[in-house]
Amino acid sequence: MSLILNSKKNSLIVHVGGDFDLVSANEFREKIDQSLEETLCQNLLLDLAKATFIDSSGLGVILGRFRKIKANDGQMIIYGPKPAIKKVFEVSGILSLMPVCNTEEEAWKILEKKTFKGA
Amino acid sequence: MDKIVNNKIKLEFLSKGENVALARITIAALVSQLELTLNDLEEIKVAVSEAVSNAIIHGYRNQPEGIVTLIGILAEETIYLEIIDQGIGISDIEKAMEPAYSTDPERTGLGFVFMQSFMDEVKVESKVNSGTKVSLTKKINTENKNRAVS
Repeated sequence: MSLILNSKKNSLIVHVGGDFDLVSANEFREKIDQSLEETLCQNLLLDLAKATFIDSSGLGVILGRFRKIKANDGQMIIYGPKPAIKKVFEVSGILSLMPVCNTEEEAWKILEKKTFKGA
Repeated sequence: MDKIVNNKIKLEFLSKGENVALARITIAALVSQLELTLNDLEEIKVAVSEAVSNAIIHGYRNQPEGIVTLIGILAEETIYLEIIDQGIGISDIEKAMEPAYSTDPERTGLGFVFMQSFMDEVKVESKVNSGTKVSLTKKINTENKNRAVS
């Protein structure tokens, strides 16, 4: 798994590459949590365009971060998942919890809308 | 099994997280010998990942010294997989298979849900302090032309 993190407009943007399973789930959790603490970002945008695989271990840490972000009144948006990953999301029910869209641009639009509504 | 076995593999590995990828890549290579869709291939990979992760996390409680046995059989148009551990076993299989039942907040408890959604049959045999065997079956619809390999 590769993880690239940057922050913009109170949001942590995480670009995930490769397989998202038991081993990479731990790395993901540690790096995201540390980065959220350091940057004090409230929102999380998760770019899965280069993610090649996900199972329930990957999903677990995504949901774990979602709970954290929600507890801090932030928003979490996922964008770019491949069809196979989207299928896993559909079966899991995660789509009813957070927005999943295709591009970063769409993600920002959703975020702005949600932030505006919440304000 | 009455069917004609076209191919069979058996792989034993230590209960280390790194071997979850090894298991699913091995099975992906095996099942790609059949005419299956990319969708089927991805679903099988998820199911294998779940069963092997369960063996490591729950069967061996994340201790890396256990042995996980993975058996893959191709028989006509059906894929048979077995994931076996000699770990602590499951005392209440029904409860373990409940959706969203997990002992860890960072886990979804959806492992068996994925196995059941993505495979045609999921069978769990377990004995406390003796181990668990998960048997997964998937019948491949060969009529679909969207093949994973050419």
